[in-house]
Amino acid sequence: MRAWLAHLAAVVVIAAACVQPGASPAGEGQPTAAAGVFPKEVAIGAVYPLTGALAPTGVDLKNGIDLAVELINSGRSDFDLPLLKDGGGLRNLGGAKLKVIFADSAGDPAKGQSETERLITSDKVAVMTGAFQSAVTATASQAAERLQVPFVNAESSSPTLVARDFKWFFRSTPDDSMFAENFFQFLDDAAKRFPGQVAKKVVILHTDDLFGSDVNKFVRQFAEKYTYEVVGSVGYKLTAPDLTSEIQRLKASAAPILIEASYLADATLAIRTLKQQDVNFQGVLAMDAGFVDTKFIPNVGKDAEYMLTREVWAKDLGTRKPIVKQVNDLFRSKYGTDMNGSSARAFTGIFVIADAINRARSIDPVKIQEALKQTNIPAPQIVMPWDGIQFDARGQNTKGRGIMVQIQGGEYVTVWPLELASKPLIWPMPEWTKR
Amino acid sequence: MEIVAQTVASGVLLGLILALSAAGLTLIWGVMDIVNFAHGDFLMLGMYASFFAWAVLGLDPLLALPGVVAALGLFGVVVYLGVIRPVLRGSVLAQIFATFGLGILLRGVAQFVFTADYRQIGDTMATGSFAVGPVHLGLPQTIAALGALIVSGLLFALLDRTTVGTALRATAEDRRAAELMGIDTRRMFALAWAVGAGCVGAAAGLLAIYFPIFPDVGAVFGLLAFVTVALGGFGSVGGAMLAGVLIGVVTSVAGLIFDPAYKFTVAYLLYLVVLVIRPQGLLGRA
Repeated sequence: MRAWLAHLAAVVVIAAACVQPGASPAGEGQPTAAAGVFPKEVAIGAVYPLTGALAPTGVDLKNGIDLAVELINSGRSDFDLPLLKDGGGLRNLGGAKLKVIFADSAGDPAKGQSETERLITSDKVAVMTGAFQSAVTATASQAAERLQVPFVNAESSSPTLVARDFKWFFRSTPDDSMFAENFFQFLDDAAKRFPGQVAKKVVILHTDDLFGSDVNKFVRQFAEKYTYEVVGSVGYKLTAPDLTSEIQRLKASAAPILIEASYLADATLAIRTLKQQDVNFQGVLAMDAGFVDTKFIPNVGKDAEYMLTREVWAKDLGTRKPIVKQVNDLFRSKYGTDMNGSSARAFTGIFVIADAINRARSIDPVKIQEALKQTNIPAPQIVMPWDGIQFDARGQNTKGRGIMVQIQGGEYVTVWPLELASKPLIWPMPEWTKR
Repeated sequence: MEIVAQTVASGVLLGLILALSAAGLTLIWGVMDIVNFAHGDFLMLGMYASFFAWAVLGLDPLLALPGVVAALGLFGVVVYLGVIRPVLRGSVLAQIFATFGLGILLRGVAQFVFTADYRQIGDTMATGSFAVGPVHLGLPQTIAALGALIVSGLLFALLDRTTVGTALRATAEDRRAAELMGIDTRRMFALAWAVGAGCVGAAAGLLAIYFPIFPDVGAVFGLLAFVTVALGGFGSVGGAMLAGVLIGVVTSVAGLIFDPAYKFTVAYLLYLVVLVIRPQGLLGRA
C-alpha cells in the first residue's frame, strides 16, 4: 500500500514537472488578443526597493516610470518620444493603456524574486521590469525566466547579468565594463583635443570589495585594448582610517592619470590626502559611486574641482539634446526635483517595453520577446546620452554608453562625449599649489 | 626614504588619536572589568556633537572640544547609571550583551535621527598643510594628534597626581581593599565612565576636524581601539598610548610594503604575536 502511494506521488511530481514548462503563461491567464479584440489595459510589473535604505532611490525610479506611463497614455504629441504621436495608449492594440503594478523588494533579493512571481502569476503582467540593485535583478529575472515572461532591466549595471544565457532578459542600460571602456575612449578623445598632454599611463586606486575589484579588473582589461599602461593598482580597505600609504604608492608610481573607484567617506579622505601631500595628476577619473553622491561636492568643497567622474545622465545634457530638457522640465514641475540617472533610465525602460508591446500587437509573452529582440529606438527619441537602443543576443543594449562629467564651479558639467558636452573639458587639472 | 618618512609621520599622527580613544576604553576596563563594546559608537556620538556644534552654532570643532568632552563624559555617567549598574550583578555575558546592544541601539538611533548621510565639517581653524623637509603633514591631523597628546597628558596627571586619580587606581587594583580604605567605589565607577567617555569625546572632537561623520564611523575606529587596548595591556593607559602609536606606524608602513588592502592584517598579526609571547600585553600586569 505504502509503495503504491509512493509511486503515485512520484508520478504526480514528474507530471507536474513536465507540465510546468509546457504551460506557457499565454495559454493560461493571459489572453492573446485576437484580431480586433484588444485589452483595455496592459499590465506591467515593476519590482523596486520602495522601502528600506534605498527607498529614496525607489521614489526616483517610480517617478520616472509614472511620468513615462502618463506621457504614453495621454499621447503628448509635443514630445518627440516613441508612441506619443499615436494619440494615446498603444495604437496597435486599439489604444490600450499601460498600467504599471509596483511591488516592493525592500532591497532583498529573495523578496524581489517572490514579488516577481506574484506579479506574473496572480497579476498576470505581460512584462516585468526592475529591480535597480544588481543582486535583486539577478533573482527577480530568474523568476521571470522560469515563468517565461520578458524582464526588461533599465538600471542594473553588473556585467554578470547578461552573461547567463537568459532568453527573456533584456537590459537597456550600459554595464560596468562598458563604463570602464568609456574611460579610455574619453582619454583618446581628450588626447586629440590636447595633443601631447594626455599621458598613456594610469594608476588605479580602488576599494577592495566587489565593486572596486571589478572596476580594477575591467580597467586593466580595456587599458590593454586601448594601449594604455596600468602602472599599478592600489586596493584599500573600506574602513581604513588613514590613506597615507595608499597615496604614497600612487605618488611612487609616477603615473600621470588616476582612475579611482571609491565610496564617499574614502573618496573624501583620499582627496584630502592627495592635497595635503601635494600629489598631482593630469586628471582624476572616477567610477561614479562616492564621486556622484549628492554629498560629494558639499563635503569635499573646492577640492572637488576638476575631478572627472563617469555618470549615466546629467541634466545639462538638455543643452545639446532638447528632449532631455523638455522631459526634465515636466518632471521637475511634477515632482519638485530634477531627474537623475535612476529616474531617467527607468523612464527610458518603460518606452522600451511599450514600444515592444506595440510592435508585438499582442500581450503574448513570446511575441513581446520577439519584438524586444527587434527593438531599434533612435538616439534622438531617448533622454539618455546613448546612440540608441538595440539588443544583442545576450539581451544587452549595445548602443549605450556613459558620459564623463567634470566638476566645474561646484557643479557637474558634461564634458564627454564631445558632441553632448555643455562646457569644454579642462585638462590637465591645475596642481594643488597653483589653485 | 622620503616616502618612508612620510608614512611613518602619518602613522604616528593616526596612532596618537587611536591611543587617546583606546585610553578611554582601557580606563573603564581597568577600574571595573567591563569591556565597553559601544566604544566606537560613543566616538560616533562625539563626532556628531562636534558636527552639530559647527553646523548649528557655527563653533569651530577646536573651540567646541571642551563642550564635546563634557557632553560625552555626562553621557558616560548616564550610561553607567542607566545601563551598566543594573547589570553589574548579572553574569559577565549579560554585561557584554548590555554594552553590545547599547552600541547597536546608538547606531540605529543615529541612522534614524541623523540619516545615513556622510557629513563633513568644512573649513576650520585647522585647515591646510605644511611641510617639514620632504614630509607633508596635514594641519588637521597634526593638531588632532597634538590635542591627543595633551589630553593624554592630562589623563596621566589626573591618574597619577591627584587624590581622585589615586582612588581610581586603588579601585582598579583591588576593589575590596579600596572600599575598606573608605573609597566610594560606586562613585569611582561613575567617574571612570565619565573620564573614559570624556577621552572618547576628545578623540571624537579631534577626529571630526578632518574625518567624515556617519552612523557607522565607530566601526572604523572601534575594532582598532580594542586591538590597541589588548596590545598595550588591558587596563594600562600607558600601554594604550604605546600600542596606539605602534599600530599607527605599523599599518602605515605595512601599506607601503604590502598591498594596502592587507595593512591591518599586519597590525592584527603583530597583536597575535604579542598575545602569544606576552599575553598580558606590552605594559599590562601579568
